Amino acid sequence: MKKNFRVVNNVTPSIDGKGLMQGRSFYTDDLAQQNSLVIKLLRSPHAFARIKSIDVSEAEKVPGVACILTKDNVPHVPFTRAGQGYPEPSPHDKFIFDDYARYVGDEVAAVAAVSEEIALEAMKKIKVDYEVLEPVLDFEKAYENKSVIHPEEGIHEMFPIGFDPKKNLAASYEMEVGNVDEELKKCDYIVEDTFYSQAQAHAMLEPHTCNARLDEHNRLVVYSTTQTPFHMRRIMSKTLGLPVEKIRVIKPRVGGGFGGKQAFHGEMFCALVTLRTKKPSKCVFTREEVFGCSYTRHPMKITLKVGATKDGIIQAIDCRALSDTGAYGEHALTVFMIVGSKVLPLYNKVKAVKFGGHVVYTNHVSAGAYRGYGAIQGNYAVESMIDELAEKMGMDPIKLRELNSMKEKETSPIFEIMGEGTEGTAMIMESCKLPYCIKRGRELIEWDKKWPRKEVGPHKVRSVGCAIAMQGSGIPFLDMGSCTIKLNDGGSYMVTVGATDIGQGSDTMIAQIVAEELQTTVDKVIIYSSDTDLTPYDCGAYASSTTYVSGNTAWNAASKMRERLVKEAAEYMNVKVGTVEFDGKMFTSGEKSLSLEDLATNRLYNQDTRQIAVTESFHGHVSPPPFMAAFGEFEFDTETFEYKMIKYVTVTDCGTTINPMLAKGQVEGGIIQGYGMASTEEVIYNDKGKLLTTNFDVYHIPTRAEVGELVTEFADSYEPTGPFGAKSVGEIGIDTPPAVLCNAVYNAFGVRVHHLPITPERIFKAVKERK
Amino acid sequence: MEVKFNLNGLDVVYHVKPGEYLLDSLRTNGVKSVKKGCNASACGACTVLVDGKPTLSCSVLTASIEGKKVMTVESIQEEAAQLSEYFAKEGADQCGYCSAALALVVHALKEENPHPTRQEINDYLVGNLCRCTGLQSQGNAVEKYLGGKK
Repeated sequence: MKKNFRVVNNVTPSIDGKGLMQGRSFYTDDLAQQNSLVIKLLRSPHAFARIKSIDVSEAEKVPGVACILTKDNVPHVPFTRAGQGYPEPSPHDKFIFDDYARYVGDEVAAVAAVSEEIALEAMKKIKVDYEVLEPVLDFEKAYENKSVIHPEEGIHEMFPIGFDPKKNLAASYEMEVGNVDEELKKCDYIVEDTFYSQAQAHAMLEPHTCNARLDEHNRLVVYSTTQTPFHMRRIMSKTLGLPVEKIRVIKPRVGGGFGGKQAFHGEMFCALVTLRTKKPSKCVFTREEVFGCSYTRHPMKITLKVGATKDGIIQAIDCRALSDTGAYGEHALTVFMIVGSKVLPLYNKVKAVKFGGHVVYTNHVSAGAYRGYGAIQGNYAVESMIDELAEKMGMDPIKLRELNSMKEKETSPIFEIMGEGTEGTAMIMESCKLPYCIKRGRELIEWDKKWPRKEVGPHKVRSVGCAIAMQGSGIPFLDMGSCTIKLNDGGSYMVTVGATDIGQGSDTMIAQIVAEELQTTVDKVIIYSSDTDLTPYDCGAYASSTTYVSGNTAWNAASKMRERLVKEAAEYMNVKVGTVEFDGKMFTSGEKSLSLEDLATNRLYNQDTRQIAVTESFHGHVSPPPFMAAFGEFEFDTETFEYKMIKYVTVTDCGTTINPMLAKGQVEGGIIQGYGMASTEEVIYNDKGKLLTTNFDVYHIPTRAEVGELVTEFADSYEPTGPFGAKSVGEIGIDTPPAVLCNAVYNAFGVRVHHLPITPERIFKAVKERK
Repeated sequence: MEVKFNLNGLDVVYHVKPGEYLLDSLRTNGVKSVKKGCNASACGACTVLVDGKPTLSCSVLTASIEGKKVMTVESIQEEAAQLSEYFAKEGADQCGYCSAALALVVHALKEENPHPTRQEINDYLVGNLCRCTGLQSQGNAVEKYLGGKK
């Protein structure tokens, strides 16, 4: 099964790393056509209002204004901005422009002008007559509130997702395995608690950006910072009534996504402006728009009841959740379900498990996809509760996890019940080195010396906390990727893939897989990705799918190419296919030999000329989870409650690491992003529902000043269904920091903080309340 | 108005509007290696060197650089290529949106303080945000690059 790899699992620099550091300009706004019309968006100042009328007559008179779009002149088709498989599990509850504004910042009109100054000047002259309505700003009061956020006609769900807009419900879900209430009655220990998590911002460095032009065939060409170019083309086609063949979506280099770019931002406006004016246009979100008018993580309230028997076995888990999807329901159901489906199977010894609750609309900026997508919220609650249970039982929290967590060749009934908004897929854990990850992490953090706390100076204590996590690898039977490989003269390969590199390095990972299978080097593999005209389909970069789904795709295509090359060489050498050996450069059969270069030249220029090319696709039948054990050490000031990270240890089972350094980058980047959510990324709204934390000076993401030592290791593991044994690694890193920090705070002070982020003020308050 | 300055070793004349910022002037004139991240002096992606000093081009009026020397990553191509090799070895590069600015800041640090401690590196680079990596890997890469260690 396991091979001695030459390219995969070996250090390979990102194929674009050098060029990007040298400033090669291939991000979306770098590629906007010169003299593009600049689009600025008029946004609602009210959290909830009905738009009685819009008067653009004065604005249109401003010289240099080319086009103004409002609800009065654009198609009125309900859609979802979420880039998901079709039909989407998100409600179609959004119009390009609507009669209602549902959060401070909701789009009311788009102005396209020859310059930004003119667009902004014209925007001031648009007169909007609003009927201000009572907003819903507390998500615990949203369900059946007298303010109905989506009273409009025509919105709908694509299949049953519990959508009930008259009750402010975007989605709802219930499941139960066994009988939780009965099992809890038999338990010797029961703990119950509630946890709140905030609307974390993605804060990718490159803002949401798009531009559009018409090509020489008068087709619409959209450049976009999207994670899902093919979904974008489909949604644009259906919403604008423009045939798919009239649209080309290109994803250039992308400066970080984290789920925030798995959706529409300015693309509909760019498309409409360019179609109407026949001029190129562009729309670049300001940083304030990125924070306040794109998407956030879904804030949640999670209440858990966990019961165990004296022997240390967790018998039942009851998980109730409430999720705030904000103004629109992008990813409402699927994020919610992952709270259950990617967290609860970790504890698979239970006799009964129950999960359910509501996803409600509020008048906040819409929540959407965000790395960790439900799993981080669930992990914060579940992994904090496991520590509470261990404390109550007088047991080492690591031992409790070891006794109850998933092992290799085991399963959980949850896999079959819960999928992507529908039923799931049963699967056995063919690779699960979680027990090793826990054991190794315990050694690396020196748990036995440090747990639970140590005084390290006057009013300074250090404490440790731990958590375990799992994720998935794509969505079985839904996520599909495809890959075309053609042979060039000279013996190099042109590889086109739909897979979407958003900075995580998927182009490099795919080049390595192709090079490994074809026994060549990465520099002989040219990658072009994510262009709906030129590359075959891929669902896009989400759901931890790229390494597993697109990686398997590339592997399939490369092995097909290998077969094809051997066949071509046999024909050329006039020998039987079975006698030909290929070492990546030379074909040999007995005494005869032929170089790849000669074969390529011959087939393009001389004998039986033809292009040697293959196209292959892949979709998963399972979604093998990566697993992680994480351990953090923190130093707290017992007077000010300020703290810093000393060390964060992770041991991850993601199967074979196709690119060990990129995998490490994914884990460590995820940890620090998760640590931001755990510690400093406070989201503040004013009492009118306006988001106040809209730039980096007030929304504090972790900087070089507060990152402690990161110790990142991988377990020796091989997933038999993955490409060269690989599973996903893009999301799992983000899951653990809230629970790890929460548990470390408990170990330092004996109090539990139930709201994220865990600020010194919140620790202080918890300590004071206990006294 | 006209502003004359030296850009990457060449004297240039930019025609700018009063109140125009250097970041916008550079990008309008085709220098797209300089990135707009926040437009509020808070992320570092727009960093250029003005007379050798790291400067946030989103908050410097173009008019104020009359007669000065402006460097973007185009003027340190070889150094950026070398630094990127250290980034690759440490797993310190991802989306690349902050990379060109980081290369310029590292260049300036090297000129100012050729043998910085790790703390000095972190302090010097703290204004250049990165949301992709765990940051430690970037510090390791810069430390090894400046220490000449492969």
